[in-house]
Amino acid sequence: MTPQQQIIDDEAKRDIRNRWLLSAPALVIVLLAATGPLLVVLVYSFLTAGPYGDVIWKGSTDGWVSVLLQRDIFDDTLSFADAHLSIFLRSLRLSVLTTILALVLGFPTAYFIATRPQRTRELWVFLITIPFWTNLLIRTFAMLEILRNQGLVNTLLIQLGVISSPIQMLFTDGAILAGMVYVYLPLMVLPLYASMEKLDFRLVEAGYDLYATPFQVLRKIIIPLVKPGMIAGSILVFIPSLGAYVTPSVLGGGKNMMLGNLIELQFGQGRNWPLGSAISITLMLIVMVALLFYVRNAGSGERSHG
Amino acid sequence: MARSFDVRRQAGFTTIAMIAFFMLYLPIVVLVVFAFNAGENFSQWDGLSLRWFEKAINNVEVIDASIRSLQIAVIAALIATVAATLAAIATTRTTGYRGLTAKYAFINLPLMVPEIVTAVALLIFFSRVKIWTGYSGIGYLIAAHTAFCIPFAYLPVRARLENMDMTLEKAAADLYATPFKAFRFVTLPLLWPGIIAGFMLAFVISLDDVVITEFVKSGGQDTLPTYMLGQIRRATTPEVNAISTVFLLLSIAAVTIFFFINRKRA
Amino acid sequence: MTPNNAIEIRGVSKFYGYGEHRVAAVSGANLAIRQNEFFTLLGPSGCGKTTLLRLIAGFEFPQEGELLLYGENIAAMPPYRRPVNTVFQSYALFPHMTVADNIGFGLKMLGKPAAEVDARVAEMLKLVRMEQYAKRQTSQLSGGQQQRVALARALAPAPKVLLLDEPLSALDYKLRKEMQIELKRLQTETGITFVFVTHDQEEALTMSDRIAVMSSGNILQVGGPRDIYDTPANRFVADFIGETNFLKGRITAIENGTASLELPAGTKLSAPSPESAKSGDEITVMVRPEHARLTSAARGEEPILSGSLANITYLGTDTYFNIKLADGEAFTIRQQNRPGEQDTHNVGDTIGITFPPSAIRVLRA
Repeated sequence: MTPQQQIIDDEAKRDIRNRWLLSAPALVIVLLAATGPLLVVLVYSFLTAGPYGDVIWKGSTDGWVSVLLQRDIFDDTLSFADAHLSIFLRSLRLSVLTTILALVLGFPTAYFIATRPQRTRELWVFLITIPFWTNLLIRTFAMLEILRNQGLVNTLLIQLGVISSPIQMLFTDGAILAGMVYVYLPLMVLPLYASMEKLDFRLVEAGYDLYATPFQVLRKIIIPLVKPGMIAGSILVFIPSLGAYVTPSVLGGGKNMMLGNLIELQFGQGRNWPLGSAISITLMLIVMVALLFYVRNAGSGERSHG
Repeated sequence: MARSFDVRRQAGFTTIAMIAFFMLYLPIVVLVVFAFNAGENFSQWDGLSLRWFEKAINNVEVIDASIRSLQIAVIAALIATVAATLAAIATTRTTGYRGLTAKYAFINLPLMVPEIVTAVALLIFFSRVKIWTGYSGIGYLIAAHTAFCIPFAYLPVRARLENMDMTLEKAAADLYATPFKAFRFVTLPLLWPGIIAGFMLAFVISLDDVVITEFVKSGGQDTLPTYMLGQIRRATTPEVNAISTVFLLLSIAAVTIFFFINRKRA
Repeated sequence: MTPNNAIEIRGVSKFYGYGEHRVAAVSGANLAIRQNEFFTLLGPSGCGKTTLLRLIAGFEFPQEGELLLYGENIAAMPPYRRPVNTVFQSYALFPHMTVADNIGFGLKMLGKPAAEVDARVAEMLKLVRMEQYAKRQTSQLSGGQQQRVALARALAPAPKVLLLDEPLSALDYKLRKEMQIELKRLQTETGITFVFVTHDQEEALTMSDRIAVMSSGNILQVGGPRDIYDTPANRFVADFIGETNFLKGRITAIENGTASLELPAGTKLSAPSPESAKSGDEITVMVRPEHARLTSAARGEEPILSGSLANITYLGTDTYFNIKLADGEAFTIRQQNRPGEQDTHNVGDTIGITFPPSAIRVLRA
């Protein structure tokens, strides 16, 4: 290698090294205070629960077993932990429903914004962004004010004479669903809008030109073209709603738990850190599967549009 | 005169959109309106009053929690923005090298993990560290906030960097600017709006956080959101409405500024 | 090594990609650019001319070869140490600085004292006639004005060589013509060596002292505008510069440097033989359209070639005649329109073509 070649090579190596140095602070912080601790959770899921919380450093698979099974205290047989199972099913059911409802409501909304004239469009985007940036807790609380016994709906209905005593809406699965749809709707609209904004309406015109009805245009032209946005929005709603904690806690109370609340219980009164860790890892795995699905579909979606 | 055919029209979409907007804003509006209610709750509307705002301002716990929230948000956002900016410079406008995609994914990981899982992980991890070091101040909260703020500060900076004309730095080098000088005189001034946007995003995200803060905090270390969570769980007076309203105004202000920065860029 | 060479490029190669996917952007280039020369790199897009320019500027490093600036090998020197400045195709003016700050940037980076920088900036503004725009933001300028600021900025640090990367391509026709004259004037006035990159052969012929024609990473020919036009080294150069007619043929004999040629239709010609040509070689004959003429039966001229008239195009100053030869090949004649003369030919007529022996040039096939 000529000395000249050596200098050029060194320059390239130095560039790469600099880039690693520059990204070091961010990587270290994220490692220490976000992703690193996840490994600790994994470790803890294989330890034994301590009597007052925390763990005893003794290996055990009890944590994992208790995720879905329970040991009968008398004859040591294993059976399904109904409580846990119902919580898993409720979480899955509610997140799927939330995603679907958010899609049903969000699709027309995003479409509406995307088809506004340029001047007013910014205003509508602004209007949808504000709820997005409003604190999750505040929005959940706002929904609480609507649904509770002395809340808006009940007060109005009583005032109008429709009912004589308040309907119990709070602390039901329905309340949680309403809350989650309310909270995560903007998360569905924004990526959908991003996709729709790029939609070339000349393709829609071509569809009409070729005898398609508005519904067919929607089904065969618009939806396939905004599929990336739909998938992105669905993921952005599904994942947080699966791991929701605040909304089910405030709107569902102690009886209608979702996975998030179940996990919290183990670190509080339940005093079963290994179990809590195991459930957390399970939740993460479900999320990873969903993400893999997203990456697979988002990639192929882009490919097919050339 | 018949309306001309609108290619964009889809049956019922505008109606549903309007319903959605209405639904999105109704609860918030209700919440704000009742912050000004002189009465104790919904069933009594006693006229306008600032009573709950006064109560909130005079509430020592509220003040304490607010100050803590701000402290954490400012420090976390600052550190996160600096780290994110450096990382953005390191990961953009390069023709790929070993570990680039891994780095990118790693930095954005906090965005993909459900908050409850991160919260639990940090609870466990920090409780160990607390035992080892005996330290139990707000350092843990700051560290946790900084970590999940980094991806939020990273994205706007990276976007701005990618949109920047790379030829400008070449021109600077052509005109005898060393890499450091080129950064200082050309890249940084042009990057500045992106950095500000990143800081603001990180700041708002930190202020808003409930779940992670709730799990990581030690007793007496409430931030405003965790204080409110506690209040909501126990018994609510419109004091919570009042605090929420102020919070809301802050969010709206932040979003408005954000929009103006973006407008200027375009 | 001639002491007057501003730049010497010796065996420079630049590759992209690895292994079997390796592509040579520049391949074994050899070039000497003289001091105070207006030198042009000319070729179609992808030919490597921009890569070569970037190699001189320092934005790319060659994998092979040497790059000498006044005798010093700068191949591995980073761009901010080379006393060479570039005018970019997109101008690359710093949007957050005024015109004056842009122009003074290079000197500021070199650490010159403020007074010196200001004086030089004023000088440059005068040179490109932009004095009243000193305090303007660059985004407020028109394309032509930005062009001039980019020039001033690159000239301010008094570089040894100025590189210009297709600087006129974004300008409209009239402005281009004006700027061509302007650039030529600047080069003469400042005495700095200009290396100019363009794909427009007319531009190259107008402005350059010497031209290097490139294609696919190789330098095909270097010479003055006249040389390149009259004696192109090969078919590509002949085709790229100006318009040409190509006729296939064969060398039947060579004697004293003159080759006897035979064309498919049986036509016999003779012309100077290219070096290392042998009897029996397949060759290409080139004739410029403006050197050929329609034969006039009235004057009793014998046509060298004949065919039927496919098209007549009237262009004000000239008329183009497109002729389809007997063997199906096309031939174009460009004839100047003389006052008072009316052309009486019609499409479909049988046409005779003639050209003087000096118009014939033989190229390798």
